[in-house]
Amino acid sequence: MGVLKKISGPVVVADEMKGARMYDVVRVGDLSLIGEIIRLNGDNATIQVYEDTAGLRPGEKVVNTGEPLSVELGPGLLKSIYDGIQRPLEILKDKSGDFIGRGITASAIDKKKKWEFKPKAKKGDDVTGGDILGETQETETIAHKIMVPPGIEGKITEIKNGKYNVEETIAVVKSRGKEHELKMSQIWQVRKRRPYTEKLDPDTPLITGQRIVDTFFPIAKGGTACIPGPFGSGKTVCQHQLAKWSDTQIVVYIGCGERGNEMTEVLTEFPKLEDPFTKKPLMERTILIANTSNMPVAAREACVYTGVTLAEYYRDMGYDVSLMADSTSRWAEAMREIGGRLEEMPGEEGYPAYLGRRLAEFYERAGRVVCIGKDKRRGSVSMIGAVSPPGGDISEPVSQNTLRVTKVFLALDASLAHRRHFPAIHWLKSYSLYLDSLKNWYGEKVSSEFLDNRNKAMALLQKEAELQEVVQLVGPDALPEKEQAVLAVAKRIREDFLQQSAYHEVDTYASMGKQHLMLKTIMKLHDRLMSAIDLGVQLKKTSELKLLDEISRMKEIPEKEAETKIKELMKRLDHEFDRLIAEVKT
Amino acid sequence: MAVKEFQTVKEIAGPLVFVEGVKNIGYNELVSITLPDGEKRKGQVLETSRGMAVVQIFGPTAGLDVPTTRVQFLGETLRLPVSDEMLGRVYNGLGEPRDKGPATIAEDKIDISGAAINPYARSEPRDFIQTGISTIDGLNTLVRGQKLPIFSGSGLPHNDVAVQIARQAQVPGQEADFAVIFAAMGITYEEAAFFMRDFERTGALERAVLFLNLADDPSVERLITPRMALTTAEFLAYERDMQVLVILTDMTNYCESLREIAAAREEVPGRRGYPGYMYTDLSNIYERAGVIKGRKGTITQLSILSMPGDDITHPIPDLTGYITEGQIVLGRDLHRKGIYPPVDVLPCLSRLMNLGIGKGRTREDHRGVADQLYSAYAEGRDLRSLSAVVGEEALTDRDKKFLKFAEVFEKRFITQDKNENRTIEQTLDLGWELLSAIPESELKRVKLEHIEKYGKKYRKE
Repeated sequence: MGVLKKISGPVVVADEMKGARMYDVVRVGDLSLIGEIIRLNGDNATIQVYEDTAGLRPGEKVVNTGEPLSVELGPGLLKSIYDGIQRPLEILKDKSGDFIGRGITASAIDKKKKWEFKPKAKKGDDVTGGDILGETQETETIAHKIMVPPGIEGKITEIKNGKYNVEETIAVVKSRGKEHELKMSQIWQVRKRRPYTEKLDPDTPLITGQRIVDTFFPIAKGGTACIPGPFGSGKTVCQHQLAKWSDTQIVVYIGCGERGNEMTEVLTEFPKLEDPFTKKPLMERTILIANTSNMPVAAREACVYTGVTLAEYYRDMGYDVSLMADSTSRWAEAMREIGGRLEEMPGEEGYPAYLGRRLAEFYERAGRVVCIGKDKRRGSVSMIGAVSPPGGDISEPVSQNTLRVTKVFLALDASLAHRRHFPAIHWLKSYSLYLDSLKNWYGEKVSSEFLDNRNKAMALLQKEAELQEVVQLVGPDALPEKEQAVLAVAKRIREDFLQQSAYHEVDTYASMGKQHLMLKTIMKLHDRLMSAIDLGVQLKKTSELKLLDEISRMKEIPEKEAETKIKELMKRLDHEFDRLIAEVKT
Repeated sequence: MAVKEFQTVKEIAGPLVFVEGVKNIGYNELVSITLPDGEKRKGQVLETSRGMAVVQIFGPTAGLDVPTTRVQFLGETLRLPVSDEMLGRVYNGLGEPRDKGPATIAEDKIDISGAAINPYARSEPRDFIQTGISTIDGLNTLVRGQKLPIFSGSGLPHNDVAVQIARQAQVPGQEADFAVIFAAMGITYEEAAFFMRDFERTGALERAVLFLNLADDPSVERLITPRMALTTAEFLAYERDMQVLVILTDMTNYCESLREIAAAREEVPGRRGYPGYMYTDLSNIYERAGVIKGRKGTITQLSILSMPGDDITHPIPDLTGYITEGQIVLGRDLHRKGIYPPVDVLPCLSRLMNLGIGKGRTREDHRGVADQLYSAYAEGRDLRSLSAVVGEEALTDRDKKFLKFAEVFEKRFITQDKNENRTIEQTLDLGWELLSAIPESELKRVKLEHIEKYGKKYRKE
């Protein structure tokens, strides 16, 4: 037990803290505010406090819990909304009303609720950490696997079957004379990654239903991506879209230092939306962490760790998890703020010198792995972090350090957003380093021509940028017909393929198959156009084709009819061009 | 809490007073300082440790001395007495009457720092506010509970736009119990008088509460002023069920004060000398807007900030844009062309627009029309710079139409009179009328059935 010595914003100093360890959680002052030790000097402990410190006085007591900052893991996590230190916001509202009060504790998962536990292991089995004892149906779609916590091994001497709450013993494991009573919940400290057996190379794409991502800059399952962009360029809408339509079983969404109303939007929208794969509400597979910008800054520092630990826990069950962090810049700023209060020597732009290391450590917790446990099941955590660079200039430290560790870069561009080209991901500035490792998947699951078309389309867009520079000087009419045709097709790729409305009921999600056919149609148009011009057809004649309007509206064709309708469109396209060519010949 | 008084000032630096020999002073506690000549000033504890407290004084430090200045710690954080009687009153930046009226008889005293609204308790803002200004209603719709700043520059008519919004804003079909809270931070007397005159002329003054910290008032007070205003707003909205519009002007002055204090405390500066916690600090102001489940009243925030050097990437507009739900940007080029309101629509945004528009709220074609106007205008603007190089003759017929569209859009859609109050139907119909100059095959953002239903009557084909 210690005594408060100095208070300055969210950082306080206490002395007489003998026996304290780094990152121990403490309760500060008469209000019992939650804090974490971030520096020790003799008996003095510097503490970052996760709640507002107004009114704290020197002399008030500080109690060390002796435990590091941890999360509770068990059934009941899904569909929850937590603050940065895993306090359920719903319970906080019941306890302190519409505004968040101070010094309130709340259990992260419902301790009273009974879950139907179905054993998968039996008495006498030898088990080690990660082995599955049994499961319980957490939501309609997700079976929550109850695992032996890492570090425990031995023989099962007792295992139950029936309805239990998360605090009741469901199995007893005996090892070297010691008995472990296992429950459906376990505790894990947030700053330490959960163990796995082996990391695997990414070979499957994370299908997001967003054309520019899936076709042009794919993210692998277990991969990392970053979305930097100035305000108003649609970072949050992008993140929401990815959270909604990613083909993972679990989504963890971290709202880190962002707007309160945006979290409310997620909260009201997700229960209404349907998962395209299971046809159940999206909320059934989602965990939200909401630490809005006006909530205490230290909890913002902790919230990304809380989120990734929850993600790893579901990965350990063998699920594919996607984790959205919006925005990692706010997390970095929280580090800067705390660092500043500690009077640390700053690195670039006032950020602490360890910024790069922390970011790298965080993104390294992503990955596709062989989980611990005998059945060698596989799971993955894919991470997509938004970055909010000041003024949209990505030469700043957070963007640069993030780019060093993430494999996909989706560059949001203000000028695209201004002309309402959404998603405002710039096709020439973005990249994905997963294209090579996903090549086989695309060949097998989509089509052998898929990557070909993608690369050709990419080349056209690059060519367009070069031609645009010429057009800026001499005007479009001065270009030869073929180059004008390139401009026309590139414009189609941009407007009819890359642009995708998040708010259009059909356009908001496009399956891989539909994406492939759409791009194929546009590339077919390109090929036919080029050969037609060679044969003497005027570009003007082709631009009068009524069919082109239908190509523009391909995106609005519902999934069910997409295949037949687009294939038919392609046939008619051939037909029309054959007709034009025939006209020239006669 | 007991009141403690000390006469042990050790050091005075800028707006900070270091008091030693004190015991167990609370962080953020309110302080009353008695000068040697008996004058009293207020302050707040910025840092406290055993035996030492750092106090930030609201007001000038002229006249303070080390031996005889007395510092009284009041044992509580800064609270604002609130009551229904505040409507129609004018206060200074610290919440003391400025209009020679009596002090507020408190119905309640509320801590001005305010607690964060639990995101779970928030309800989605979705009531469309009609401001009567086409560029806002049509393209960047404001909804109740939103925080939308006006990014402006010196010499631009942001004040006119703000009073026009305050005067015309209404939720169509609903007569609501409304109030306007006006917080001035470091603006000139003339500017403040302009607002007061306009409120008086339109009768809004009796439904308004004004907090004025003018340019010659102590700059440190500016850190308090918006919090006073928002505390009052929260009282009226959440306790008295009123629809509150808060106007904060000018946030740039607020940030300058923040930087001044940070510099006086010798803190590690972030970008351009502004403190690293400016984002957190600003969010504590801007996030105090919204709609709460089960409560009738709402708070909508309209803050004005002048971008230093018209630079939208300057830390003040930049951090603001990251917190607020969009922005209205005024453009100098438009202003020079004599266009009022000079709303440069391309960088403007309303993040909550989708919630407030569409069938049953505004009109089913709203989203499509807005997107189409945007993309057509953006294309026209691009062509304008192109034609400056290659000449208009070098453009195709199609391009000429877009070029012309941009021109007409600025003259008719953006431009409107200071007293012109357009309904949303008028705005959308005007949009369709202007779009009729563009070939139908180019209208990719609107639904075909909407062209049929709303657009056809303007098309001559």
